[in-house]
Amino acid sequence: MTIPVYWYLLLGTGLFSVGVIGVLTRRNVIIILMSIELILNAVNINLVAFSQLFNTVNGQAFAIFVITDAAAEAAVGLGLIIALFRNKETVNADEIDLLKW
Amino acid sequence: MLPQIAFLILAATTLVSAVLVITQRNPVHCVIWLVVTLFSVGGIYLMVHAEFLFAVQVILYVGGIMVLFLFVVMLVNLDVAAKQAQFRRKWQLALFTAVVLLGELSYGLVRGKQGLSLTAAPAVATSEGNTQAVGRALYQTYMLPVEIASILLLVAMVGAVIMAKRKLE
Repeated sequence: MTIPVYWYLLLGTGLFSVGVIGVLTRRNVIIILMSIELILNAVNINLVAFSQLFNTVNGQAFAIFVITDAAAEAAVGLGLIIALFRNKETVNADEIDLLKW
Repeated sequence: MLPQIAFLILAATTLVSAVLVITQRNPVHCVIWLVVTLFSVGGIYLMVHAEFLFAVQVILYVGGIMVLFLFVVMLVNLDVAAKQAQFRRKWQLALFTAVVLLGELSYGLVRGKQGLSLTAAPAVATSEGNTQAVGRALYQTYMLPVEIASILLLVAMVGAVIMAKRKLE
């Protein structure tokens, strides 16, 4: 018996939830960005699982675009963190509250 | 039998190292565990015969993005942050919400798994490998998204340089 598709989808779901927990729970902004990378990898697992089910390469091409997008977003986000740390000397998400009432 | 064992080992490695990514106190440890997670996700790609995607994952994600994360973790002095509280004050609510999300998605998947046993398309007996097939798709069908992705990367590069440089006097 080969591996059924929903095993891959369950793995993607688990990885996605771990990423969501990381984004919602941690205070450190860098670790929040790393949890977003976990979420993107879960999406990629879904895409390649369906690409294997239908025997095409469309899912894999889309996954390459997701990886490209993750690289661009990580670069911009980390530049933001550097600029933020230069101004406020903190990387905790709940200490960045200048706009709060 | 052997593919199932390989998949279970890879899935366990992925999930355990992902949990360790979000729970470690030292951010460098988190980056190391994320590297382990990305390698095991690459192993999953190998199991679905996506060899080109495995190579892209290892070179781009692990070799590029994780190195970038490590550089920023080293630039930003996190000794003070490592001694403070690591989790938000109301983390139980976030954990409960995410567990509810996980339960919903898993229930939907397990209940509807008959719908996923579609008749698999017959394996096209071409002589080209996976890399050629993905390259052909990227250059013929997905030419416009490739160009848009290159513009996106250019914009991201310019934006990252502008944000990280010091103010001009």
